[in-house]
Amino acid sequence: MAYDSFKKLKSTVVPLPIENVDTDQIIPARFLKATERKGFGDNLFRDWRYNQDNTLKLDFVLNNPIYSGKILVGEHNFGSGSSREHAAWAVYDYGFRCVVSSFFADIFKNNCLNVGVLPVQVSSDFLKIIFQSVDQDPKTDLTVDLPSQKIMINSTGESEIFNINSYKKENMLNGYDDIDYLNNIKAEISNFASNTPL
Amino acid sequence: MKKTLFDKVWDSHVVKSIKDGPDVLFIDRHMIHEVTSPVAFLGLKKRGLPVLYPERTFATADHNTPTINQHLPVSDPLSRNQLKALEENAKNHGISYWGLGHKKNGIVHVVGPEYGITQPGATIVCGDSHTSTHGAFGAIAFGIGTSEVEMVLSTQCIMQPKPKKMLITIDGSLNEGVTPKDVALFIISKLTTSGATGYFVEYAGEVFRDLSMEGRMTVCNLSIEMGARGGMVAPDQKTYEYIKEREFTPKGKEWDKAMIYWKTLYTDEGSIFDKELTFDGSEIDPMITFGTNPGMGMSITKAIPSAKDIEGGASTYAKSLAYMGFSEGESMIGKSIDYVFIGSCTNGRIEDFRAFASVIKGYKRASNVTAWLVPGSHKVLQAIKDEGLLEILENAEFKLREPGCSACLAMNEDKIPAGKYAVSTSNRNFEGRQGPGARTLLASPLVAAAAAITGKITDPRTLI
Ligand code: SF4
Repeated sequence: MAYDSFKKLKSTVVPLPIENVDTDQIIPARFLKATERKGFGDNLFRDWRYNQDNTLKLDFVLNNPIYSGKILVGEHNFGSGSSREHAAWAVYDYGFRCVVSSFFADIFKNNCLNVGVLPVQVSSDFLKIIFQSVDQDPKTDLTVDLPSQKIMINSTGESEIFNINSYKKENMLNGYDDIDYLNNIKAEISNFASNTPL
Repeated sequence: MKKTLFDKVWDSHVVKSIKDGPDVLFIDRHMIHEVTSPVAFLGLKKRGLPVLYPERTFATADHNTPTINQHLPVSDPLSRNQLKALEENAKNHGISYWGLGHKKNGIVHVVGPEYGITQPGATIVCGDSHTSTHGAFGAIAFGIGTSEVEMVLSTQCIMQPKPKKMLITIDGSLNEGVTPKDVALFIISKLTTSGATGYFVEYAGEVFRDLSMEGRMTVCNLSIEMGARGGMVAPDQKTYEYIKEREFTPKGKEWDKAMIYWKTLYTDEGSIFDKELTFDGSEIDPMITFGTNPGMGMSITKAIPSAKDIEGGASTYAKSLAYMGFSEGESMIGKSIDYVFIGSCTNGRIEDFRAFASVIKGYKRASNVTAWLVPGSHKVLQAIKDEGLLEILENAEFKLREPGCSACLAMNEDKIPAGKYAVSTSNRNFEGRQGPGARTLLASPLVAAAAAITGKITDPRTLI
């Protein structure tokens, strides 16, 4: 078991209404020098969170005490660019268990699923409603229910169903990962390998 | 059933399909580097797993390496530690390792093709998104995360749903001064950085047929910048000639056998793609980016578009231009620049240095410009010397550095200072990508060369 299982999450959110947030922003390359998976949360959004002299950028949402919670709400094309899984680690290590957006970049989404962060893709309309609700009341909380694949704004009951393939859903619910699965079918793999042309 | 090139390669590598889930995909070649592999090896250790097929994995040090004085110990202790971890992991698991100073060392996506690790019809992955480069040979190649690196090390497989298919056709021919980099930046500017997310792209048409293998690599390399997992070009005579006799390509009877497979690698006529786009080669100009993602590119002679003319949120657009210090409607030509970076897996191959040298020959580097010329590999470095390009560069007051990723991601000391403008042949102009506060203008080696000798953004066609 590689990470905590994910079933139902009820939490306030941190809103980040910026499009095309790339993984270099989520964690800049100079913080990728570790050989262990430790401390990446400290450098989540490093250059948006800190000035060059390491003082806090007070206008950045992570430095605003009004907002907190285990759900990060991003904009269209969240997680583009570099394949660094460190970005997903940083999101997880900081304390987020779920990222909501209207569109995710492929590799980031995959990495999230592999480390136990649930990427929830909602319609642009629903995303707008979430941002508006949080704007009006920063303590707005959401419920993300994986078994029923539903995301809901608790105060108003507005909700939407999200997609996840049943294999990944099973993994998230149980905290399994693909490595467990693949190691269980090694016989099939070596059989396949002996017949490959290259 | 008619199949595309992508279908043929993907389907023949599926070990097993999971209902309403991913395919288990067999990986022929796996490349690793120091940054995204250590945690994967740690994972293997924790689970007590061996590397299943060490002969299918190749290690090179590139992301975190200095580009001067490589014979000296690496001064940054964290980088040194990461390089050491790669060396030890490779040694402990019997993986071939081309570390710092090794004559085959270089950027992972430059050395793969150089030594014939990259082959048509193969599945190739690496913990680096620009693995898409290898698609130039008709391989399915894409970037993966560290968990997947661990999967490949321990089982030689990953689990992914089959992506959708996109065909991008460009016929006609390219105008003078237009390079493969411009073709790619042009496509990305049309599609945006997320326009191909969820797709795997095949590039077809005269323009790609006419490109050299290096040029095809540049285009495939940048597939990820429009969100695609990867891009590929069907192999042809050029492909076979490029790979023949390279160290890791099959020889003799094995070659003949491989050829039988390779000759089947084309898209059957009448195959269906999920999306098809067509452009004309002659509509492409030398390109440059003006914003903070690779989709924010334009013809070098045009004016910066205004927010109302682009897709996406106006506030994000304004943030991006503010970071760059640019305004809507401004012309890019004539803007003063501070740095020029030639290198990376996008444009760090010999052809790129030839292009750069062809422009700067007989000129001098502008006094306001700091130029970092970083070959993609030792093989490229050697070719620069052998072809007499070094002399041309030095006569124009340019110095050559040693191979590595360098300022492409600025993990080592090669960082563009805050607020400075760098014309860069690399692939990403994200905020801070080339150093905290650095402002990147992505362009071709020709545009970079024109900037390097004039000190400002200049249309290279006015110099050649
Ligand atoms: S040159 Fe840049 S993009 Fe290419 S492998 Fe290195 S860091 Fe990645």
